[in-house]
Amino acid sequence: MATVWIRNLFAATMLMGIFSLLAASLYVLLDAVDVALTEAAVGAGLSIILMLGALVLTTSKEKVRDTRHNLLALVVVLITGGALIYGTMDMPGFGDPEAPAHQHVSPRYTQESVDEIGIPNMVTSVLASYRGLDTLGEVLVIFVAGVGVLLVLGPGRYRRRPRGSGKAQE
Amino acid sequence: MNPHIVLRVGAKLLIPVIVLFGLYVQFHGEYSPGGGFQAGIIFAAALILYALIFGLETVQRAVPPGAVHALAGLGALLYMSIGIWSMLAGGNFLEYKVLLADAQRAEILGIILIELGVGVTVATVAITLFYSFAGRMRPEQDGG
Repeated sequence: MATVWIRNLFAATMLMGIFSLLAASLYVLLDAVDVALTEAAVGAGLSIILMLGALVLTTSKEKVRDTRHNLLALVVVLITGGALIYGTMDMPGFGDPEAPAHQHVSPRYTQESVDEIGIPNMVTSVLASYRGLDTLGEVLVIFVAGVGVLLVLGPGRYRRRPRGSGKAQE
Repeated sequence: MNPHIVLRVGAKLLIPVIVLFGLYVQFHGEYSPGGGFQAGIIFAAALILYALIFGLETVQRAVPPGAVHALAGLGALLYMSIGIWSMLAGGNFLEYKVLLADAQRAEILGIILIELGVGVTVATVAITLFYSFAGRMRPEQDGG
């Protein structure tokens, strides 16, 4: 909550980092260590660094806008939120063994993947073998994101002295 | 830079451990949590930490942006070429079973190779993002 309310963007960035770290610890408690590793490294590490970089480039104070109470926005948010909560009522209970997610392919993954693939970490065998095409898509998304940043921001070489006199470039 | 002696010494102690942990997560991913994605990010984090403390220019002299960009493409290419290799060997796209005579060993080989591709791409893209952001800062300012 404080992350949304606070005006100082530097503090907001730090709060987001703390939030990511807490989320990572929560994943460890839920035995999802693979996800926790990712959350700790990406959420609490890399994205915070990138945001700090963006703050250095811009400014660390949010522009305070005249926030009049927008009744229409409140109505839209309430309706959408209500619809989402209504949707969750049809979901199976937490840890329900009869849930659809545990009926389709999960039994095969959990019971036979060690024999089929020969490695003990089920997450890896699902990600890399059974769902290999999805992982390929993820890698390509990451690659395209990198290409996009390169096109927008440039390769970021340090030695761009010839343009401008160094100090007051931008 | 002299005032930051604690940071410099601390980072010098930490960075080799971080790199080693990244490699461990990469190549031990079949037995313990982790895999290419996490390993790539950890590896990139080590380089970014180095850049934050010793300056972007030092890192770019060791790891030039051109090489990073080339590796980002090569990682994705490695992944897809495994898929095409399995097609040439008579299976479906990314069906590792057909790569070797022993299906289980073939699965492991395929997984290790594609995880390597994932790791290389993720690490290099993360480094590229950092280079792009940090490279736009004025040289007088040291990174965030």
